[in-house]
Amino acid sequence: MDKVAIVGCAQTKYEAEKIDLTISELVFEVVKKLHNDLGIINEDVGCVISSSNDFNDGRTIANMAIQDAVGSVRKSESRVSGDGAFAYVYAAMRILSGEYDTVLVVSHSKCSEGDQFLINNSIFDPFYQRHLGLDQISSAGLMANMYMSKYRVSEEQAAKVVVKNRKNAVNNPYAHLQKEIAIDDVLSSPMLAYPLKQLDFPPYSDGAVAMLLTNEENAKKFTDTPVWLKGYGSCTDAYYLGHRTMTDLIGLELAAKEAYKMANIKDPVKNLDIAEVFEAFSAHELMIYEALGFCDKGEGGKFVDNGETQLNGSIPVNPSGGVLSSNVAMANGLIRVAEIALQLMGKAEKRQISGAKTGLAYGMNGICSQGNCVLIFGGE
Amino acid sequence: MPKHDVAIVGIGQTKFRSKRRDVNIPEMIYEAVKMALDDAQMEPKDIDAILIGNMDHFEGINFSEMWCGIDAAPGYLKPVVKIATGGTTGSSLGICGYYNIASGLYKNILVVGWEKLNEGGATTGIITAFDPVWERPSLAGALGPLALMANIYAAKYGITSEQAAKVTVKNRSNAANNPFAHLQMPNITLDNVMNSQMISYPLRLHDCCPQSEGACAVIYANEEETKKITDNPAWFKGVATAHYYTFGTDDIMYNLPTATIASKKIYKKVGIQDPVKDIDVAEIYEPTSWSELSWTEALGFAELGGGGKLLDEGITQMSGELPVNPSGGVLSTNPIGATALVRFAEAAIQVMGRGGKRQVPDVETALGMGFGGSLWTELAILGKDPNPLR
Repeated sequence: MDKVAIVGCAQTKYEAEKIDLTISELVFEVVKKLHNDLGIINEDVGCVISSSNDFNDGRTIANMAIQDAVGSVRKSESRVSGDGAFAYVYAAMRILSGEYDTVLVVSHSKCSEGDQFLINNSIFDPFYQRHLGLDQISSAGLMANMYMSKYRVSEEQAAKVVVKNRKNAVNNPYAHLQKEIAIDDVLSSPMLAYPLKQLDFPPYSDGAVAMLLTNEENAKKFTDTPVWLKGYGSCTDAYYLGHRTMTDLIGLELAAKEAYKMANIKDPVKNLDIAEVFEAFSAHELMIYEALGFCDKGEGGKFVDNGETQLNGSIPVNPSGGVLSSNVAMANGLIRVAEIALQLMGKAEKRQISGAKTGLAYGMNGICSQGNCVLIFGGE
Repeated sequence: MPKHDVAIVGIGQTKFRSKRRDVNIPEMIYEAVKMALDDAQMEPKDIDAILIGNMDHFEGINFSEMWCGIDAAPGYLKPVVKIATGGTTGSSLGICGYYNIASGLYKNILVVGWEKLNEGGATTGIITAFDPVWERPSLAGALGPLALMANIYAAKYGITSEQAAKVTVKNRSNAANNPFAHLQMPNITLDNVMNSQMISYPLRLHDCCPQSEGACAVIYANEEETKKITDNPAWFKGVATAHYYTFGTDDIMYNLPTATIASKKIYKKVGIQDPVKDIDVAEIYEPTSWSELSWTEALGFAELGGGGKLLDEGITQMSGELPVNPSGGVLSTNPIGATALVRFAEAAIQVMGRGGKRQVPDVETALGMGFGGSLWTELAILGKDPNPLR
C-alpha cells in the first residue's frame, strides 16, 4: 500500500448544547482552525469528504448545509452517511488513487438538536423491531446483560471503564464531561436498561472535527510529524440483534484481524502503544478489548481490574476520555482517529502517552458494533 | 491516472414502477443485486465490499445500509458503507465505488442505489434539505427551485414551452425501448405535454420526472479481476464532481455552473475536445424537460442558450450525432437514490453494446451525469478502454 499521511487535526470543544452556533458555523470553526494551524488556504485543499447523518441533523442531504463552511464550492465533496472513521477511509482512498494530493475530512454532530430516542429507534426495521421501542439504550442493555452473564463480568468491573475514561477526560481540553467520578457514582446512578445505569452511558455532545490528509510526497510540506496509515479492516455484523452473537463482537474481531495483518501486528498489546475506541457503553469497552485481542474472550473484566488499559497500563485505551466523556454521534470515529494522530505526533499535551509510536482507532456504525472500522496508525 | 483502472463488469436494475407493493425494501434491492451478480457470474462470497445508498428521510429509515447491506446485499462480515448526497446519491456511490478500486483497497465492489418512494414522501424529505430559517418557508423542495430555474432560463434565452415539451416526447418515446423504464408513453405528443396540468409555472405535469420505486446494482472490478469476469467491460476513463454554495440562490440559478466546471475538468482529463463529436451517447440527469435543454448547454454540447436549437436540429435524438438519454432518462424513471447510478449503468450498457432496442450503434465513449444537492454535478466517462481519447 502507498502511504497516506494525517498532517493536521482540529477539534471543537465538545459541549452539551452549542446553542450559539449553527451546524455550518460549528464546522467552519474546525476548518478555519485547521487552515490556520497548517498555514494553508482553501485552494490548497484538493477535495472534501464529510460524514454526517440526516436523522441526527434533521436535514435531508445534511452535507448541503456545510458546503460553504468546508470550502467545497466548485470542488469535489462527498459525504459518508455514518461514522467519521469511514469518511477517513474514503478520504484515504482518494489519496491512494493518486488523483488528489490533499483531502479535507470533516465530521460533525449537534446531538442537542434531535430526539435521540427517535433517531436511534429509526435504525430498527419498520416491520419487526421498531415498534418494540428498541433504541441504543435498550439494545445496549440486552447486549451487556448477555455478555456479563455469560462471562461473569460484574457491574463494578463495567463501572471501572467509566471511572477510567472520565478521569482521562480531565486531561483533555476538548472533552465534554470533565469531572472525575467514583465506582459508587456509576453503580448508584438510575437504572436505564438492566444491567446498565445512567453513568454506564455516554452524554450527548455537540461538536466537530477536521483533519487534512496528504500523500508521502507532500507530507513534510505541512508537518515534521505526519502520521501514517498502516492498517485497515472493516467488517459488518448481522442486522437483527437476534442474528448476532451478542456476547462477542464478531464483526470487530474480523475487522481487527484484517487490520493487524495489513499492519503486521502479531501481538496487539505489545505492538500497539495506545488505542482510541468507540465505546457506546461501559461494558462495550470490555467487549472491545476482547474483540481487539487485547485479552482472551471473557477476560475483559479482569483486564480492566488489572489496570492494563489505564494511562500507565500495558495498552492505554481512550486517553482522551473516549465516547463516555464526549459523544458526538457521527464524529466519534473521526475523533478517535484525530486523537491517535495527536498522540503519535506527540501533540496530545496533558493526555500524551510518552513514546507512543503505533496506535489503533476504532469507529463503528449502527447498533451495538454492527458496522466496524479498525485503523492502525504509525508515527515517524 | 489512477493507481488501478476500474471497470463496470456487472449490472442489474429492477423494473421501475410507481408502487412495488409485492416486495419490501430488501426484497426489491435483492432483485437488482441478484441480477448484477448473475450478470458478472459471481457468487455473493466473491464480493469484497458493498456501497449502498438512498436518502434516509424519504423512507424514514436511519442507517438503512445496516439493514439492506445485510438482508438485500451480501454484506455480512464484509465492509458496508453508505453514501448519501441527495439527487447525486447514485453518482456519489458510483464515484466512491471508483475510488474503492482505483485506490487498490479492494479488487471488486458491489455498488447499490435504491429508493422506495411510495413508502414515504420525497417532497417532505427534500424540503428539510433547505435551511430552516432562510429557505424552508420560501424556496424549498424540488419542483419550486426547478421551476424558478426554468423560468429564468426560458426568459433569458427565449426557450419555448414547445421546445421543452419536445424533450419529454423524445425521452418518453425512448423509454418505450427500455424494458426497465417506469413511464412508457410511446405515443405521447407535444399537445399532451403542453396541455398537461400546470404544476409550478412553467413546469407542467409532463415536464416533470415521476417518482419511482426500484434499485440499481453495479459491480466494479480492477484490471486483473475484470479479465477473469468478462471480455466486454465498460472502463472508467474519468470521474468529476463540482459542488456549489449551501444556498443555491447565492449565485445564478440558471446555466448549472457546476456542470460546466465538472465537464471542463473531465473533458481535459479524458482528452475530449468537442463533446458532440467525441462522446457517442450521454445519459444525463434531467429532473425536468427544461433542465435537459439547459444541462446540455452547460455540458458543452451547445453554446449557452443553444439547447433548444440542439434539440430542434435532432442532435440529441436517437438518430442524432449525440443521443441524450436513450434509456428515457429521469423524465421516465426517478428512483432518487438509484437515479444517478442508473445514468452510469446505462452509459456502461451502451459501451458494452447491450442496450437492445435502446442501443446507439458503435458506442466507444459514453457520459453519465448526476445532479442534486444545491445545484451539484457529478460526471463519469466510460469507454471500451480506460485510456484518454488523446
